[in-house]
Amino acid sequence: MRYLPLTPAERADMLGVSGVASVDALFEDVPAAARLPGTVPGLPMHASEMAVERHMAALAAKNVAAGAAPFFLGAGAYRHHIPASVDHLIQRGEFLTAYTPYQPEIAQGTLQVLFEFQTQVARLLGTDVANASMYDGSTACWEAIAMAGRVTRRNKAVLSGGLHPHYTATASTMARFTGDALNVLAPELSATPDDATVIAAIDGETSCVVVQYPDVLGRIPDLAAIAEAAQVKGALLIAIVTEPVALGLIEAPGNLGADIVVGEGQSIGVGLQFGGPYLGLFGCKEKFVRQMPGRLCGQTVDAEGRRGFVLTLSTREQHIRREKATSNICTNAGLCALAFSIHMTLLGGEGLAKLARLSHQAARRTADALCVIPGVSVLNKAYVNEFTVLLPRSARDVVRDLADRGVLGGVSLARLYPGEVALQNALLVCTSEMTTDQDITALSSALSEVLEGVAA
Amino acid sequence: MNAPNASGWRPAMGDVSDAETALVTASGDRALQLEEKLIFELGRPGTCGVDMDEPVGEVLPGLAPFLRKAPLALPGLSEPETVRHYTRLSRQNYAIDLGPFPLGSCTMKHNPRLNEKAARMAGFADLHPLAPQQTARGAYEVIEQLANWLVTLTGMDSVAMTPKAGAHGELCGLLCIKAALDARGDDRRIILVPESAHGTNPATAAFAGFAVENIPANADGRVDLAALTARLGPDVAGVMITNPNTCGLFERDMKAISDAVHAAGGYVYCDGANFNAVVGKVRPGDLGVDAMHINLHKTFSTPHGGGGPGSGPVVLSAALAPFAPLPFTRRDADGVIHLVEEVDAAAFGHSQTFGRMAAFHGQMGMFTRALAYILSHGADGLRQVAEDAVLNANYILRSLEDVLHAPFGKAGPCMHEALFSDDDLPEGFTTLDIAKGLIDEGFHPMTVYFPLVVHGAMLIEPTETESKDGLDRLITSLRSLAARARNSDPSLKSAPHFAPRRRLDETLAARKPVLVWREAVAAGE
Repeated sequence: MRYLPLTPAERADMLGVSGVASVDALFEDVPAAARLPGTVPGLPMHASEMAVERHMAALAAKNVAAGAAPFFLGAGAYRHHIPASVDHLIQRGEFLTAYTPYQPEIAQGTLQVLFEFQTQVARLLGTDVANASMYDGSTACWEAIAMAGRVTRRNKAVLSGGLHPHYTATASTMARFTGDALNVLAPELSATPDDATVIAAIDGETSCVVVQYPDVLGRIPDLAAIAEAAQVKGALLIAIVTEPVALGLIEAPGNLGADIVVGEGQSIGVGLQFGGPYLGLFGCKEKFVRQMPGRLCGQTVDAEGRRGFVLTLSTREQHIRREKATSNICTNAGLCALAFSIHMTLLGGEGLAKLARLSHQAARRTADALCVIPGVSVLNKAYVNEFTVLLPRSARDVVRDLADRGVLGGVSLARLYPGEVALQNALLVCTSEMTTDQDITALSSALSEVLEGVAA
Repeated sequence: MNAPNASGWRPAMGDVSDAETALVTASGDRALQLEEKLIFELGRPGTCGVDMDEPVGEVLPGLAPFLRKAPLALPGLSEPETVRHYTRLSRQNYAIDLGPFPLGSCTMKHNPRLNEKAARMAGFADLHPLAPQQTARGAYEVIEQLANWLVTLTGMDSVAMTPKAGAHGELCGLLCIKAALDARGDDRRIILVPESAHGTNPATAAFAGFAVENIPANADGRVDLAALTARLGPDVAGVMITNPNTCGLFERDMKAISDAVHAAGGYVYCDGANFNAVVGKVRPGDLGVDAMHINLHKTFSTPHGGGGPGSGPVVLSAALAPFAPLPFTRRDADGVIHLVEEVDAAAFGHSQTFGRMAAFHGQMGMFTRALAYILSHGADGLRQVAEDAVLNANYILRSLEDVLHAPFGKAGPCMHEALFSDDDLPEGFTTLDIAKGLIDEGFHPMTVYFPLVVHGAMLIEPTETESKDGLDRLITSLRSLAARARNSDPSLKSAPHFAPRRRLDETLAARKPVLVWREAVAAGE
């Protein structure tokens, strides 16, 4: 077996040093009834690198890669171009095959990257501080709600109707078991988000109000107004950003008064990967830092007075505090954070602004092209690079029909909100700097075709 | 070198001056030891390492009120500067690719590059999680094939694939237990956790809304069956047992524990962090386990990446399977694999699901890597993995027990990791000194001060991918360090001497946290 270095002679030698006659003797603590006499039944034997590669390639070929078709999907996962140097650098063995930097003297590479990452994320989100990353946006969203509970000592959260339904579902699952009360507002098909309803739902017992920005339909809520209303009631505003590229164009949530900002960092450097691994971004005001979940990297000095970095404030964490920790999280998304940080370093602030602008212009061109199709209209008054299209028939069926014509045309709200009859005909359409004019033409012609004969 | 540093902190070091000379270079670098500034010190506003078209046209009028007031203040670097920055930083890291990384309980084994290649195939890497089902059948098949391996290797009923890491898997298992209790109208609130458990176990139980009670270990490093049985009752929801445990020992009484817990109406959660010791040899399902997470980044060698991402699928018994989270894959009678989501959970007979615990469908990028690893080994190779991992650990144990105290060494063989304590170290020398000395020797240290049941614990996990030569070099270095401690060599107290940094002032970092770079902070240096 190519990954196992021991030779039969070495094994025999080592068994002697170990004081046993056979390897089975090393497993003597396992009750005989539970020891399998041979290989696990029903499974194949080892395979060569070539055979495994062939097997995996055959499975990959059964999928339609985003790059193989005109592509307009978003809804929490976004496709931007990833420079070749990003993937090269994250595959350096010193990053790829290192562990959590618990021995800082020989992990300054990872630690400095995390310190730079935290700074980039804090500036992007407009927060004072940011942590070293979480699993993804949806789990980080629940962590933020739990954190707001610790800060305010209240346990009633308001979730805006514009929050991604997977995020709402994740929070609802957790709240069901922790006993937190969630006021989940219904999604509304309106040109602008219903901020007034969100504000009206905040009362003196509210721990936090959770608002996605831009929201799941691509609309942009008035965070400053919601932040002000929350503050009056002693509640925190948690802003959720699923497409951080948008922050190259629109104001950072922290600058609008959000107390905690959670992001899904996947769209910068990480790639689609069918849903994971992704990258939870988590920033907040400095005064809440000791209530934060997750790893934090901090600056310090070594015995010779040189600048260095360590994991810090770990008395919040499970390996020290056990059941009294701020979260059970152990890993962060280290390698995804590295990819994000490298891509962000290549872009810089101005590059990100340009990327956002290009993605936005592609959305405008796409919206213009779709609007002229009979029975099709754009819902949003404002959007960055994702918007909602209203169709004359079931969007789920339309997505299937478009896929049959080789076009990945968007995400139907029917898939995201299976129970909501009023949303069945709405389609989320997303663009990026990778969207070409040919893609837009392909989408609009295919959509015209699949809607042909449907009464407007 | 034990003078106070810039913060006034003085490291705990011996009374010795370093042999190194005071030679200083103008650059601050020393040949291949390269210092590297922060990107905020290197970058310039307006520099960009990505060429893009110039945006044409105005922004949507409706967007105008939301635009940024000021540009985002992040410096950029050109591509060559970027490549150099991260390459220089990478050289300040130790990694499996550089040498043995015997971090107990973390399973730092070789990461095959075939797995990286497979994960990067366009059909996997460039696939949207909400892609129309007819365009993602190959992805569902990866999930289905890996799920089949995990269920078969563990002898369990089914598997929940979505958990994002081990601790998230623990949460999944505990939520299944809670949902099962809810379904029968049983309000049990206590989870029992052994003292030797990973910190995530009690933290997860608390995060899921349970109260935690510790159960003691017996003299041979295992769960005290009598104490556990005595505590069982109508308020106990379940137990969380790590097996093999964090002392590197197999819980001989696992089946008896499971039977007792089940008889008392509770469930058995097994922390599968150490499944690599028994994969292909023992099926946890045969031991009465109800739920167990599998760290794909440990047993099945997806890369640790400097602290994640992980992946923690949870295998479940028939008793807990009905409560597993959404989404999951299911093969129909025609052999077509479906992704079962909220809309069709009931149609697939899964209406008791506890719901969704994350967006999308789990760590797909880790599934492709783990499947490539598993297919490469096959049932025979995986069995050899466990045998070699255990053999390597026993070789370490027997080669060091005369110089380092092995608290459970007399009781018999260990499993995949060898545990030592600081009992044999002379006054004034600690586990930390041995660990830092190992850095100078060119190795990553073992896990230190864990598990908590042993004083000054040193937990050494060599893994099966370490060669005998690598083990012998590690043994030689550890024997040398033990001898230096016995001879009260003061230079060991000030180790490491040869790493990119000396011991770092962690107290300062926590007392005055500097978590982001600011111009003022830099100027104050």
